[in-house]
Amino acid sequence: MKIIEIILESIGTLGLNKLRTGLAILGIIIGIGSVITLISLGAGSQKAVENQVQSLGANLLTVMPALQRSGNVRTSGSMTTLTLADALAIINNPEITTVSDVSPELSSRFQVVTKSSNSNVSAIGVYPQYASIRKVAMQSGVFISMSDVDAVQRVAVLGPQVATDLFGEGFNPIGETVRINKLGFRIIGVTQSKGGNGFNNQDNTIYIPLSTLQKQLSGADHLSSIAIEAKSAQVMVQAQDQVGFFLLKRHKLVDPAQADFMIMSQNDILNTASQVTGTFTTLLSGIAAISLIVGGIGIMNIMLVTVTERTREIGLRKALGAKKRTIITQFLVEAIILTLAGGLLGMGLGICLSLLLSRLLSIPSAISLTSVVLSIGVSGVIGIVFGWYPAKRAANLQPIEALRYE
Amino acid sequence: MIKVVDLKKIYCNDGVETVALDGVSFTIKKGEFTSIMGPSGSGKSTLMHILGGLDTPTSGQYFLDGEEMSRLDDDHLSEIRNKKIGFVFQSYNLLPRTSALKNVLLPMLYAGVDPQTRNHKAQILLDQVGLSDRANHLSNQLSGGQQQRVAIARALAMDPKIILADEPTGNIATNQAEEIMKIFTRLHRDGHTIVMITHEPDIAAFSSRIITIRDGKIESDRTSI
Ligand SMILES: Nc1ncnc2c1ncn2[C@@H]1O[C@H](COP(=O)(O)OP(=O)(O)OP(=O)(O)O)[C@@H](O)[C@H]1O
Ligand SMILES: [Mg+2]
Repeated sequence: MKIIEIILESIGTLGLNKLRTGLAILGIIIGIGSVITLISLGAGSQKAVENQVQSLGANLLTVMPALQRSGNVRTSGSMTTLTLADALAIINNPEITTVSDVSPELSSRFQVVTKSSNSNVSAIGVYPQYASIRKVAMQSGVFISMSDVDAVQRVAVLGPQVATDLFGEGFNPIGETVRINKLGFRIIGVTQSKGGNGFNNQDNTIYIPLSTLQKQLSGADHLSSIAIEAKSAQVMVQAQDQVGFFLLKRHKLVDPAQADFMIMSQNDILNTASQVTGTFTTLLSGIAAISLIVGGIGIMNIMLVTVTERTREIGLRKALGAKKRTIITQFLVEAIILTLAGGLLGMGLGICLSLLLSRLLSIPSAISLTSVVLSIGVSGVIGIVFGWYPAKRAANLQPIEALRYE
Repeated sequence: MIKVVDLKKIYCNDGVETVALDGVSFTIKKGEFTSIMGPSGSGKSTLMHILGGLDTPTSGQYFLDGEEMSRLDDDHLSEIRNKKIGFVFQSYNLLPRTSALKNVLLPMLYAGVDPQTRNHKAQILLDQVGLSDRANHLSNQLSGGQQQRVAIARALAMDPKIILADEPTGNIATNQAEEIMKIFTRLHRDGHTIVMITHEPDIAAFSSRIITIRDGKIESDRTSI
């Protein structure tokens, strides 16, 4: 019997048993579709976090105050070990060759009041360098200038979220006054949205001159962080070392383990964030694996449930002169057609769902080839093995035994 | 043409042994039309399955055209079933949800007959058993008698030299049974060897030889004229 006739025979048989064919294909579609969707969702959210961290600046080091190490624990918090003098010394020291700019920062939360609203907002006292180092662009107006800092001006730049919260959508607040801790601040600019969410949301922040915040609002002269821009991404490690040793010396500490500050690179932050999303991805992969198993069991069941009927069919075909090889080929072709059809449909479904979800959740889509190959491989193997094995067993029986099978 | 020597078939299920054939020997010459009779459970179908190469005896020998069947491998047996033997099952055994025509041309499909020839042949055979208007009916849409006639048409598909029929008129009205017997008589006249199981003496009367089996043994073997 020619192979083309065997293939036609397989297609004919699949067409005769529409319910069985449909259910088997459905099992494969669900298995493959869900695996592709879930894994791409996990990878997509990981990529989203990476993009967000990267958008804060790739050459960025952040120095933060830290408790001196006691035992093995080091914590950061409201400590006062960093000062403006530290920041200025870093930029003015000729031995530190890898740093191009620094931004001293002090952040705090304040009650912010306008004529019509009142809310608790995070404010950051900044130098003009903040905008370039932290990649903040203006939507309208100007950012805090050096003269604002020198003259201890009561001016403020709003994040777009704050502007909307305080003045309503679409209103241009430049020239208006807000009261921060009962002091009036003139609004001189609104920053562009960075679309961030979660930690350190720059859209939901008010920027004022560092000097104004220190002298008029909080009365403190320490910093909550110093942002440092390295000259390039390649010298990040060197910059981290140079700044680290310099600050140790300035703070009269010998042992690096005694440091009262810590320096984090974007990579460190990225790693922390990746750990979180990595857990998420692992979870999704677990669910995906389960659905692959469930899909596989579905395929297996459909194949095995019809074994009785198919064993009789095989007995009859053999009685009428079919050779073993012909029968096994026919059943193998059937199984391959089933898994191929299910596989392609499942892949289509998975890719469509991934694209749709990534659009809905506004995360980058990340359909991984591995998930496609893995899911199609697994359900393909299951479909083919459970289509082929019972057929092979039945083909090895005496025709009359197969015909009597129940 | 067919020679069996001391054929025994013992079924063994859950330790219970059932002796279906208990030392059967006979020879059937080419062109003979033989009926096998006997009470229910006497081992007629079991014998027929062995003759058709569908089952193997527990002991004894079976020669078909001088070839010992137990020596042949699986594929060779398939080929013999396909080319030399036309088998009509007691319980028809048609492919479910498949048209009468497709059922009839199945043996030709496995023989590698080209599509046009096999379709034409199947149509002619259905015509001969009076089912030309049912060619495209599915097997489960046919009455018992119609299914049996499709099974007979299928047995004739490859023009086999030997036709083995297990109660071919068992479910058929008397006038249709006569039609079937006319076909068998014609096949006999054309030189086919026919072995047929039947319960009815007037059907057996069409044959030239009657073997009676009881409890797995040959009780009588009579040749008329
Ligand atoms: N697969 C089997 N396993 C066990 N015993 C079997 C099997 N097939 C048949 N038998 C037994 O073998 C004996 C002969 O069965 P067989 O089918 O050959 O009878 P038969 O003469 O064709 O009867 P009927 O006229 O009713 O068709 C019976 O006793 C039956 O119970
Ligand atoms: Mg019987």
